[in-house]
Amino acid sequence: MLFSNILIYFVVIPLLMLGGLALCRNIKQIRAVAVVGSTILTGLSVYLLVDYLGLRAAGESAPMLYCDSWTWFRDLNINLSVGVDGVSIAMLLLSSIILFTGSFASWKIEQPKAFFLWLVLLSTGVFGFFISVDLFTMFMFYEVALIPMYLLIGVWGSGNKNYSAMKLTLMLMGGSAFLMIGLIGIYYQSNAPEHTWDLLKIAEYGVNADWQNFLFVVTFVGFGVLGAMFPFHTWSPDGHASAPTAVSMLHAGVLMKLGGYGCFRVSMYLMPEAANELAWIFLILTGISVVYGAFSACVQTDLKYINAYSSVSHCGLVLFAILMLNTTAMTGAVMQMLSHGLMTALFFALIGMIYGRTHTRDIREMGGLMRIMPYLSVCYVIAGMASLGLPGLSGFVAEMTIFVGSFQEADTFHRVFTIVACCSIVITAVYILRVVGKLLFGPVQDEHHRQLTDATWWERLSTATLIVCVAAIGCFPNFFANLIKFTFDGAIFRAIGLN
Amino acid sequence: MDYSQFLAMKQEIGLLVVFLVVFLYDVFMPRKGVAADGRAYVKGTSLVAVISFAIFTAACFLCPCIYEPASAFGDMYVTTAVAATIKNILNVGVLIVLIQAMRWADSDIQVVRRGEFYQLLLITLFGMYLMMSGRHFLLFIIGLESASLPLAAMVALDKHRHESTEAAIKYILTACFSSAIFMMGLSFVYGLTGSLYFVDIASALSTQASTGLLTIAIGFVMAGIGFKLSLVPFHLWTGDVYQGAPTSVTSYLSVISKGATAFAFVVVMVQVFGQFYTAAWEWMLYALIILTITVGNLFAIRQRNMKRFLAFSSVSQAGYIMLGVIGVNEMALAALIFYVLVYIFSNLAAFGVIQAIENKTGLVDMDSYRGLCRTNPRLSFCMMLAMFSLAGIPPFAGFFSKFFIFTGALNQGSVAMYVLVLIALINTIISLYYYLLVVKAMYISPDECKVPAFKSATSERIGLVITVAGVIFLGLVSCIYDSILALCGVA
Repeated sequence: MLFSNILIYFVVIPLLMLGGLALCRNIKQIRAVAVVGSTILTGLSVYLLVDYLGLRAAGESAPMLYCDSWTWFRDLNINLSVGVDGVSIAMLLLSSIILFTGSFASWKIEQPKAFFLWLVLLSTGVFGFFISVDLFTMFMFYEVALIPMYLLIGVWGSGNKNYSAMKLTLMLMGGSAFLMIGLIGIYYQSNAPEHTWDLLKIAEYGVNADWQNFLFVVTFVGFGVLGAMFPFHTWSPDGHASAPTAVSMLHAGVLMKLGGYGCFRVSMYLMPEAANELAWIFLILTGISVVYGAFSACVQTDLKYINAYSSVSHCGLVLFAILMLNTTAMTGAVMQMLSHGLMTALFFALIGMIYGRTHTRDIREMGGLMRIMPYLSVCYVIAGMASLGLPGLSGFVAEMTIFVGSFQEADTFHRVFTIVACCSIVITAVYILRVVGKLLFGPVQDEHHRQLTDATWWERLSTATLIVCVAAIGCFPNFFANLIKFTFDGAIFRAIGLN
Repeated sequence: MDYSQFLAMKQEIGLLVVFLVVFLYDVFMPRKGVAADGRAYVKGTSLVAVISFAIFTAACFLCPCIYEPASAFGDMYVTTAVAATIKNILNVGVLIVLIQAMRWADSDIQVVRRGEFYQLLLITLFGMYLMMSGRHFLLFIIGLESASLPLAAMVALDKHRHESTEAAIKYILTACFSSAIFMMGLSFVYGLTGSLYFVDIASALSTQASTGLLTIAIGFVMAGIGFKLSLVPFHLWTGDVYQGAPTSVTSYLSVISKGATAFAFVVVMVQVFGQFYTAAWEWMLYALIILTITVGNLFAIRQRNMKRFLAFSSVSQAGYIMLGVIGVNEMALAALIFYVLVYIFSNLAAFGVIQAIENKTGLVDMDSYRGLCRTNPRLSFCMMLAMFSLAGIPPFAGFFSKFFIFTGALNQGSVAMYVLVLIALINTIISLYYYLLVVKAMYISPDECKVPAFKSATSERIGLVITVAGVIFLGLVSCIYDSILALCGVA
C-alpha cells in the first residue's frame, strides 16, 4: 500500500501543506500551516533517524531500508521507488530543520500566501529527491525544486533580482540538461538484464564500461552546477545575494546539497570505475572552487556576497572530499553537507535579520552592532566560529574528517591538492574575522542604528534551533558518523575496491 | 463497386455528418439574429457546431469499432488503431479550439460569417483525416490540399484588418509553392518506381540502390511537408501568418494543422522511404532538426507580439516533434504522439489566455502583460502553467513529453543521436529563457497593468479549464502514455 510506507509522507505532508496554504485566508493561518507542517516533518525525520539506527543495530544489512516501489509508467519501467540510507536520512533531517527555521525567518514576508506556496513546492521537490531511488522520479523532483527559485527570487528578492533570478534558473536548468542526457544514457547503458531506472539495480549490475566515462562526466557536471563547482558557480553569489532570507537559507542550506548528494548517489555510486579514472579532472576544479571561493569572500563588502562565496568554498570542499574516494573523506563530505547546511542557513537568517533592521548589507556602513543587538551579534559570532572550524562546533568535525581522509591518498597529486585545499581554512578565518571585527565591534557607523531593537521571539527561536544543531554535530560527531558509516561500509563500495 | 467499403471510413463519415449538420443548419435556418451593422444571421450556429462536434468526438472515443484495422478502394485508404487514435487526439484539440473560438465567432464583426469558419475548419480536418489514412499519394495529396487551401480563407476571416488579408496571401502562396515542390518530388518517385501506392513504391525501391535522383526526390518531399510543418529553412511564412490571422485560426494552425502534418510526415517517411533511412534522409532530417530548434528559439527571444512569439516557439517545438521521427522506432513514434497531444493542450492553454485578453482589450503584445497577475491572477496562472509546460518543467505534462521524446530518440543509441539530443537539450534552456520572459512580465514586473480586471466568457473559461487540466494531468496519469505505447506495439 502506498501510505503504509513512512517515506512517502515526506512528499505527502508538503502536498497537504500546499493544499492547506491554498485555503488560508489570513497570515495567522498561513503561519500556522507552515509551522505545523514543518514541525511534523522534523518530527518525522527524527523518528526515522531513531528507527533507522534501531534497525541497523538489529542487523539489517540491505543497502537501503524502507524500500518500496509502485509502478508508474509500466512500459518504460519507471517506478515511484523510495528507500533511504544514513546519508539520505541526514539530508532529510537537514531539510526539515531548515524548512522549520526558514518558516520562522519569513514571519513578516509580504504576500505570504504565494511565498509559502512556492517555498513548500520547492521543499516538496527537495524531500522527494532525497527519498527517491528511481532515477526518473529523482530527476523530476530535482527539477521541481529548481523552478520555484525563479519566482521566489524574482518577486521577493532584492537588488539586481531580475538578472540574478534568470541567471540562476538558466544555469541550473542548463546543468539539468546535462543531467537528463546522462540519466537517459544510464538507463540504456546499464548492464541490468532489462532497461531500468532503479538505482539499486543499476548499482548491482554496473554500467557499460564503454559509456561510463561520458556518463560520469555529464552527470557530475550536471549535479556539480548545483554544487557550485568552478567554473559553474557564478549563479551562486548573485542568486544568494538577491534571494529573500528564507530562500537563501533553503538554497544554500539544502538545494546546494542536492548537487553534492547527486554527485555521490548517481555519479560515484553507479559509475565507480569512471570515477576512479576521471576524479582528477574534477579534483582540480573543486580544488579551485575551494580556494577561489575563499579568496573572493575576502574582498566582498556585501554580507550576502561574503557568505555566498564562502558557500562556494565550503560546497567545493564537499565535492572535493567525495572525489577522494575513500571512506573517511566521504564521511567527512556528508558531515560537511550537514554542517555547512546548518551554519550557512544560520548565517543567512542572521544577515536577513540584520538587513531587516539596518536596510544595508554593506559592512562599511555598519559597525558596533554588538552593543546594539547583542543577541544577533553573539549568534553571528557563533556562526562565524563554526564556519572557520572552531572545535566543539560542526565545522571543525567536518573539515577535520575531510582532510584526514584526503591525507590518506599518498601520491603527489592528491597531496598537493589536499594542501592547497587546507589553505582555505586560513583564508576562511581571514574573511570571517574581518566581518566580525568590522560589523560587530568597533565604533557605530550610523547613529540611526542606535535605535534598533534586538531579535524578536520568532527570530530567537529560528536561530537558537540552528545553533543547537550546529553544536550537536560538533559535540557528538560519532553519532552522525555512525549514522552514515553503513553506507560507505556497504557491499557495493567494497566490491568496487573503494578501500 | 462494393459500397460497403465506405464503412471502413467510420471517422470520416462521422465528420462529414457533423459538417452537414452545421452546413444545413447555417444555410436553411431562418436568420433571426441581427448584427450591429444590420445584417441578419442565424442564431445558435456556434452552439450547434460545438455540441455536434463534441458528440462526434465522444462517440469516436467510446466506439471500439473504429480501432479495427480496415481498408477501402483497393488499399488506397487504410485505417489502423494508431491512425484512429491520432484522429481522436486531433478531435480533442479541435473541440478545444472550437470552444475557445466561440467568443470570437460570436463577436459583432464575425457573427454573420461564423458559419463559414466552422465549415471551413471541418473541411480542413477532413483533409487531415485523409492524410492520416491515405496509402496512395493521390489520396494523400487530396488530403493535403483540402487541409491547406481552406485555411487560407480562414486566415483572411478578419476582413477589417489588412494584416489578416496579407497573411492569407502569404499563406496561400507558400502553400501552393510547397505543394508544387512536393509533387515535383513525387513525380521523380513515380518515374523511379511506376506507382503511387506507398507499398508498391517501397517494394520497388527495395531492389534499387540509393541514387542521386532518389535523394533529390526525398529532399523535395521533405521540403514540401517541411513548409507545412514550418521547419527551418521553410518557416519564413510562419511569423507573419500567425500574427496576421485571427487568433482562433492561429491556434488551429499552430497545433492541429502542425500536429496532423507531423503524423503524416512520419507515415510517408517511414512507410515509403524507411529503407533509405541511413542512406538518404537521416542526415537531412538531422540538419533540419538542429536548424529548426535553434533558429526557432533564437528568433523567439526577440518577439514582443505574443502571437508572433508563439509562432517562433512553435517552430522550435516542431523540431522537437521531429525528434520522434528521426528515432525510427516504435518507442519514438509513441513519444511523438504523446508529444503532440501534450503540445496541443499546452499551446491551446496559452492561446486561450491570449484570446481572452485580445477579445476583451485588443492587446496582444507582451508589454501589456506586465503586472497581469495583479489584475487577472487566474489568467496569468493559466499562462504560467502553459509556459512551464511548453518549457518542459515538471510536474507539468511538457516535462514528461520532452523526457519521453528524448528517451525515444536515444533508443537508437548512436553517438550522433546523443549529440543531437544534447543540442536539443541545450536549446530547451534557451527556450526556458523566453518562456520565463512571459512569466517575468506577468509576475515580476512592477509596472501598472494595461489590462483591467475582467471576467472572461464562459466558453473561454471552459476552454482554459480543459487545457489546464490536461497540462497538469496528462503527464502524471501514466495510463495515457502506457496505452499509447501499447498501441504502437512497445511491449
